Amino acid sequence: MDTATVEAGLRKFLHKNTGHDPAFAGLARLSGGAGRETWTFDAQLGDEKLEGIFRCDPVAGIESSAPRILEFHLLKAAMDAGAIVPEPLWDGDETFPVKFFVMRRVPGEALGGRLIRGEQYAHAREIIPTQLAQSLARIHRIDRAEHPEFEILPAPVEGASPARHEVENYERIFREVSPDPHPVFELAFRWLYQHLPNPPERVLVHGDYRLGNFLYGEDGLRGIIDWELAHWGDPMEDIGWLAVKSWRFGGDKPMAGIGDYEPFFADYEAAGGCPVDRDRVRFWELFGNLKWGVITITQAANYFFGRNKTVEMASIGRRTAETEWELLRLLEQAGI
Amino acid sequence: MQDRPTIDELLEAVAGYLRDDVMVNTTGRTNFHGRVAMNAVEMLRREISTIEDHYAREWDGLDHLLGVEPMPPYLAAMRESLLARNRSLSTRIREGDADSGDFRHQVVNHLRKVIHDKLVVSNPALAAEG
Repeated sequence: MDTATVEAGLRKFLHKNTGHDPAFAGLARLSGGAGRETWTFDAQLGDEKLEGIFRCDPVAGIESSAPRILEFHLLKAAMDAGAIVPEPLWDGDETFPVKFFVMRRVPGEALGGRLIRGEQYAHAREIIPTQLAQSLARIHRIDRAEHPEFEILPAPVEGASPARHEVENYERIFREVSPDPHPVFELAFRWLYQHLPNPPERVLVHGDYRLGNFLYGEDGLRGIIDWELAHWGDPMEDIGWLAVKSWRFGGDKPMAGIGDYEPFFADYEAAGGCPVDRDRVRFWELFGNLKWGVITITQAANYFFGRNKTVEMASIGRRTAETEWELLRLLEQAGI
Repeated sequence: MQDRPTIDELLEAVAGYLRDDVMVNTTGRTNFHGRVAMNAVEMLRREISTIEDHYAREWDGLDHLLGVEPMPPYLAAMRESLLARNRSLSTRIREGDADSGDFRHQVVNHLRKVIHDKLVVSNPALAAEG
């Protein structure tokens, strides 16, 4: 949408929800994810100045995904559970032809490398691992029975391993998209199919819980964002994904580059998380590295097929080897 | 045969331009892509200087795993043949031949060498770690 359309609709929407006619200062689209549009704005609403974020689907007429439809409610449930997230303010209505909602803007950075290396973030690096463990435990404790609206989120087939669908999905993508063979990925797929976990827990999984989707400042974690991949599944999936090598951004510790495994597990359990099953964490970490490896191939394919002819996209194809290297290490550690 | 500059000398000049002119005088997206382009050119220099060794090593490793085959005389043909042999190896892994035992051990050792060679080109800092 263009700026004028967003401003006109937002004016109407804020008036309806607050009774004030907003005076806007600075309405601008933020760069980033191709998935959704994110706009930042300041609006004077009577005596209150609202620093807000407007999130919307990019195209009208296309059916939105369940987590997108529910993003407002997911944030609200997470906040009510005590997780550190941006405050959701109002869910969208018919004001725009696309699904949207408004949340309070959280000041802070999201770039992974700056957290790992920034001198000003020394204190943040100390406390963020515990904050991430606690917030994740609180997300995983959200009671399914209290949220019938979340039943439309993707869920594993009853009785089947919650991992099977994920592994099959990325194997299919790999076979469709990769122009070249990758024997290391074959070893990894083989291992994953032979070690599919089948835990009894089915919790609300964030689905993309990793450095890059956390807003932070010098005082620590400020907001967990990007809930577009939320689903029902194995709680260990989020923990394993957080440990994937690429999300360490060069940091020398496994959890988000700044935390060790055991303290994270202890913090997570102490905050009421599910019992940590180290084998399952390893399964999901190994799967996560493979998943990221497949994604590097799909991104490079955007270049090969002419959809995005930038040197950046092309170069991502040369990062696949990093995931192969990590997969070999993890396979060896798993005892081959 | 071309006159000098050699391939490496010309690529060095391109990388230098990207580093000392483009990156110094730009910001934002152009600066970022300038850096990515410089890294890509430096990667090509490493690839060109190692490609014959790396292809030969991968071929030898696959000879050991899949049986000896004559090595194609040209690099382009070599790439196609390596892809075909890696497809064969992939099939063997999918069929369970490398699930355990000696063959698994040999496959993993071979792949560790091959991936390390890839990193020497694409990410020398990571290759130096292990």
